[in-house]
Amino acid sequence: MSTSGTGRDRMLASIRAGISRQADRRHGEPAPAKPTPLIPARATAPGVDVVGLFKTQLANAKSTLDEVASRDDVPAAVARYLANNNFEARVRLSPDARVSSLPWDKAPMVETSSGRSHGKDPTSVTPAVAAVAETGTMVLQSSDGTPTTLHFLPDQHVVVISKSQIVGTYEDALARVKRGPDGALPRTVNFVTGPSRSADIGKILLMGAHGPKKLHVIVVDGDL
Amino acid sequence: MTFVPTSNAFKENATGALKDKPLQEALGIARQHSIQTRLNTVAKMPEFETLRDIGRDLKNHIIANLDHYLLQFEQSVIDRGGKVHWCPDGESARAKVLEICRSVNARTVTKGKTMIGEEIGINDFLFANGIEPVETDLGEYIIQLRGETPSHIIGPALHVTQAQVEETFREAHTDLDPARNLEDPASLMAEAREKLRAGFLKADVGITGANFLIADEGATTIVTNEGNGDLTQTLPRIHIVLASIEKVVPSLKDAMTLLRILARSATGQEQSVYTTFSSGPRRPTGLDGPEEFHVVLIDNGRSAYLGSDLEEMLRCIRCGACLDHCPVYHSVGGHAYGWVYSGPIGSLLTPMLIGVENAKPLPNASTLCGRCESVCPVRIPIPKLLRNWREREFSRAITPQTERSGLWFWAFMAKRPLLYRLVTRIGARALFNLAGQRGRLSSAPLASGWTKHRDLPATQGRTFQEQWKAKRGARS
Repeated sequence: MSTSGTGRDRMLASIRAGISRQADRRHGEPAPAKPTPLIPARATAPGVDVVGLFKTQLANAKSTLDEVASRDDVPAAVARYLANNNFEARVRLSPDARVSSLPWDKAPMVETSSGRSHGKDPTSVTPAVAAVAETGTMVLQSSDGTPTTLHFLPDQHVVVISKSQIVGTYEDALARVKRGPDGALPRTVNFVTGPSRSADIGKILLMGAHGPKKLHVIVVDGDL
Repeated sequence: MTFVPTSNAFKENATGALKDKPLQEALGIARQHSIQTRLNTVAKMPEFETLRDIGRDLKNHIIANLDHYLLQFEQSVIDRGGKVHWCPDGESARAKVLEICRSVNARTVTKGKTMIGEEIGINDFLFANGIEPVETDLGEYIIQLRGETPSHIIGPALHVTQAQVEETFREAHTDLDPARNLEDPASLMAEAREKLRAGFLKADVGITGANFLIADEGATTIVTNEGNGDLTQTLPRIHIVLASIEKVVPSLKDAMTLLRILARSATGQEQSVYTTFSSGPRRPTGLDGPEEFHVVLIDNGRSAYLGSDLEEMLRCIRCGACLDHCPVYHSVGGHAYGWVYSGPIGSLLTPMLIGVENAKPLPNASTLCGRCESVCPVRIPIPKLLRNWREREFSRAITPQTERSGLWFWAFMAKRPLLYRLVTRIGARALFNLAGQRGRLSSAPLASGWTKHRDLPATQGRTFQEQWKAKRGARS
């Protein structure tokens, strides 16, 4: 173990001395308990239209949305998105079957390849863990089939989800993250709420700072 | 090695800041934005005030169990194949980072925005040791090129105007066409994106900060809008996380409480664009991510304040709302505070980190108006804590002699009610007579600091206590 024994011991001793000072100051009162988290009612109240809320919040976050009936319609939807916006007809796909096994031959104009990104891909197409209605947030994870570089290096990021993946809250989405055999989180879990932006130049909000300049979500009514 | 603080020259710094035209222009723009944006967003979240209470209670719980959660975090990181380095001070943290960089012969290091990195002066140290640090947050990149410290916790280049950014880029990017058009701010951002993209791809090590450390998951969390932090921690061979000890939270569920109040308080967004949880290095069959994952845990004097009357400042989640709402910060900006952290929270943290004797004016650089406390997402009683610093300064004889004498004199009087009433009666009448018809004074004894710039409204002839007595009598 590369931890430095002395530094660690000194820090822990100092922290524990502080904690015993706290106890003295409390004069016998118990230490503060951990509060129960509160999940806002926005996406959980009875009768909330979760899908409707998701669409509103997605637009508020400056993402764009397309809806298709079945997974077979996705390649054409991607081709349409690229053509309408004058983007290069070339996409890098997550190797994950939910995206790579879509019938890409139905969009012959679009050149596809799959794997991680090395920074030369104009557009990526990836699946997601879930989509969160409360703030229009996409939850993505790293895995053998879903490299993180596809979420950040391309100029345009297209996320394909099934409608059944739209959930109310962050907590709902985190429960769907696929963990390792030891129960561990994957290397990365990304919450993505809209395209990259910055207001560091004169407080003017500009889109496309370092990550994708566009975030486009295609919702499939059926299964993926 | 690190930036030499000028906090003791706050008065001179502030005087200069008030005369600095570009700075005043930049501050004017910032003022317009921040307060209303936060209000609009908070109004959409009925549970916001309750979430603030929970955030406060959660942080209090963590601070009372800090050893437990840090040890749990350490074990979880090790279980995921990462390493934790305990560094009591800035020096040991800098040495550890250098050691890790040297283990792979690193030549360039990309950096996500990290305030603790600024606090320990990591950039200058790496540079002095032959390693080039490249800041990748747009604001940090701008101030790195300008050789400045951040002037705001989350908007480090808040003091820089658009015209100044253009000037800075023209000076720094000499390989580009000098005749290029940079009038549109988007073209400035595109230029930075292009320049930094090359940096991301060639860096050997990526250094980020952490908004939270998740104890039971062994994960670190960063929150950004640009995506620079994610490129910083995904592309290089090594990911180093710099984090101060109070960043630990028990679980993801607890982190959600803080995530729901952080962005709303910081930028007035419902959520920041990117929130990323990272744990351990790239998995054996993973396609990308770093080969090594190191967390450098830094104390730097914080634990000494546990169990003290200033402990509550350790609840801070670095959102910057107190800066955005402070009339003093609005007037003089961040650099007047003379070190890394500015605004109300800077006036609390700086004396802790560099010694109150090196930051004497900061606890006094506040009117204690309380706006900061009213917006703090974890309800830090900033005015109360500033007063606690002032008391420490007084008891350690750091307060200037004239002020000490004044306070001593006031205390002497206040403890003798008869004398107090007599002297204030005389004073109130004297000032009333002195002001005459105008009711205002253009000069007054011991008040030249005030009257040099504006009139002093005169007293109304009778003391508060006299008026109170008269009113009560009238009512009964």
